Amino acid sequence: MTAKRSFFTAAIATALVCTAITATAQSARDQISIVGSSTVFPFATVVAERFGQTTSFKTPKIESTGSGGGMKLFCSGVGVQYPDITNSSRRIKKGEFENCAANGVTDIIEVLIGFDGITLANSVEADILEISRKDIFLALAKEVPNPDGGDELVENPYQQWSEVNPDLPDIDIEVIGPPPTSGTRDAFVELAMEGGCSAIESIAALEDTDEDKFKAVCHTVREDGAFIEAGENDNLIVQKLESNRDALGIFGFSFLEQNSDIVQPSLIDGFEPTFESIADGSYPVSRPLYFYVKKAHIGVIPGIDDYLLEFTSEGAWGEDGYLADKGMIPLDDDIRTESAASIAAFETMTMD
Amino acid sequence: MTEQTRQTQVQAMSDTTIRVRQSLKKRYAREKRFRLFGMIAIIASLTFLAVLIISITIRGLPAFKQTFINLDVTLDAQTLGVDETADENALRRANYNGAIRNSLLELFPDVSSRKEKRALYSFVSKGGQYDLQAQVMADPALIGQTVNVWLPVGDDTSGYLRGHIDTTLPEKKRRFKDNQIAWVEELRSNGQIETRFNSTFFSRGDSREPELAGIKGSLFGSLLTLLVTLTLSFPIAVATAIYLEEFAPKNRWTDIIEVNINNLAAVPSIVFGLLGLAIFINFFQLPRSAPIVGGLVLSLMTLPTIIISARAALKSVPPSIRDAALGLGASRLQVVFHHVLPLAMPGILTGTIIGMAQALGETAPLLMIGMVAFIVDVPTTLTDPATVLPVQIFQWADLPEKGFVEKTSAAIMVLLGFLILMNATAVFLRRKFERKW
Repeated sequence: MTAKRSFFTAAIATALVCTAITATAQSARDQISIVGSSTVFPFATVVAERFGQTTSFKTPKIESTGSGGGMKLFCSGVGVQYPDITNSSRRIKKGEFENCAANGVTDIIEVLIGFDGITLANSVEADILEISRKDIFLALAKEVPNPDGGDELVENPYQQWSEVNPDLPDIDIEVIGPPPTSGTRDAFVELAMEGGCSAIESIAALEDTDEDKFKAVCHTVREDGAFIEAGENDNLIVQKLESNRDALGIFGFSFLEQNSDIVQPSLIDGFEPTFESIADGSYPVSRPLYFYVKKAHIGVIPGIDDYLLEFTSEGAWGEDGYLADKGMIPLDDDIRTESAASIAAFETMTMD
Repeated sequence: MTEQTRQTQVQAMSDTTIRVRQSLKKRYAREKRFRLFGMIAIIASLTFLAVLIISITIRGLPAFKQTFINLDVTLDAQTLGVDETADENALRRANYNGAIRNSLLELFPDVSSRKEKRALYSFVSKGGQYDLQAQVMADPALIGQTVNVWLPVGDDTSGYLRGHIDTTLPEKKRRFKDNQIAWVEELRSNGQIETRFNSTFFSRGDSREPELAGIKGSLFGSLLTLLVTLTLSFPIAVATAIYLEEFAPKNRWTDIIEVNINNLAAVPSIVFGLLGLAIFINFFQLPRSAPIVGGLVLSLMTLPTIIISARAALKSVPPSIRDAALGLGASRLQVVFHHVLPLAMPGILTGTIIGMAQALGETAPLLMIGMVAFIVDVPTTLTDPATVLPVQIFQWADLPEKGFVEKTSAAIMVLLGFLILMNATAVFLRRKFERKW
């Protein structure tokens, strides 16, 4: 009996402690909470830091959760416990937009902030590679059209670059890149490999007849060791290129800029990744960077409107702004002026 | 017993002796080999450890030094865009960078093209303007005067001055160009460049500029988190261990509890993070990224470790102590708290410190509860957003700027220092208070 009674007393005491914890839980928040893409993270943090230094508001808190994870948190609902802003290295998907609306997040302000180039690079001690997106696809896809002719797909037989394209050097295909969980990998596969895929007639024809098959063929990277997954850390890929001059690496443009003494970019479809070529769209492998703001939180969480102003000021996202110094490729002048105006008016987005 | 049989006996004996001798040789050789393998294993692991520590130290040491540039900055109202009557917000937003740039241009009047100007401006860290801002906000009367200040140099300049930039490379491939080298050398010969101890590293929170980034924020985050972990897990774990070891009846229920505690100790830490997300954040609505939630999650993770070691420590106290105390009329509670617990304390503390050291190095569970974040302000309360040391290391390792390489190693050195300190305390406590029976 006593054992039973003391057990119940203990249970009641635990329940009381839990209630006390809930009671002391948060009420208001005076700090902007940002989540989302790890690609936008290095840029958003610069703005946040400056915002914290030059205004009376607290420095926003930025979590690097990845674009998808950030969108999920962002769309969970309206209220102080949910993030105010999410960064994304792609546009919001229709499903995500609907999910947002289902949870009451209906008014969303979309901000396109600029571009990020994805580069293919090798050690400065090797020769600069001139490559086309078709070569990239043929060298890295799991299945490619039979090189002996015919439309059937076979396991990728190419071992050397020169087998893919006689103009390329006689070295083994060895590409170090990020794992499938990375946004950089998604963008590379979509822009470089799918772009090369469409250049092959037999596969391009699939796009109209069997879109799933088309995506599967274009987006699947070979797994026989020619493509090496190096983890999410771009610095690691740069270090590996330094020690292996025959290898190529895939990483973001800002890492190329910072490491120009170690690595050099390959020319893709004849274009070198530079500030200008990415900005005007001639360099084919670049992706847009966005962030999304919950309109319902403006005025509730102090400082969101000022953060928007700071991010869209010429000193930040302009051609000579500090984001460009960090390696972000700015938008065109007209687009910047136009969208800065619509953002200042808190115009919300629609999804078609 | 003839002579012959005796001889055969001797013969047989010597045969066995020979066999024994031979096998003895083999057995000795086997033991020697085993010792050799042991030595090799130890030497190999010591070598790896030495390589790790030496490479981290070599890379991290420069981070404890910082280079400054001396400038005469004219704070004229026109450049700043404010005068001394301006309010606080206006003073905060004033164009301090413009004032710094003007003073750089004064030093090198023949710099004119946009490209050259940008190259020159990169000498001073972006944080320089915040130093000026702080000075002016403390004393707005400075506007209109010229102040002599030491400002931190930018990332590339700092890399050059530390010899990280290979000047033999062709100019195109270097981030630090020939004209920049000439300017810096001129400044250096004028005594306008100086290297000092990097107090910024210990006095500031995180930053996106390597020369401004400090570990104070994450260090405080770690301390607050561990404080919560310790205050929660230590009493609960010790109480659990005492109850299970000294009072609980031995039946099926306590067996199940024991098995579960042992299993929990082996659960991957990310699972505790998911649990924390579901219970503390989603159900109890505690704030994300807060040390209190981090501490709660880490206490869940360290509880089994401490319970197991505390039970082992209690078990190792000889039953004669209990019997003697009971024989002298002590109650069971008195036996435990007056005799058993004090004798078991060194063992319990060792287990606790090892559990805390584990918690200090943990990142995976914190990912789920939002403590992997960019946080500039140094946390002061349990609900302020915070991050912890290992997360800070992980984040710095991922940034493109070269200056973060040394910051990463320096932060690793600080973390290792804390771990060594904690483990040393554990060893000390054991040595000092442990009793042998």
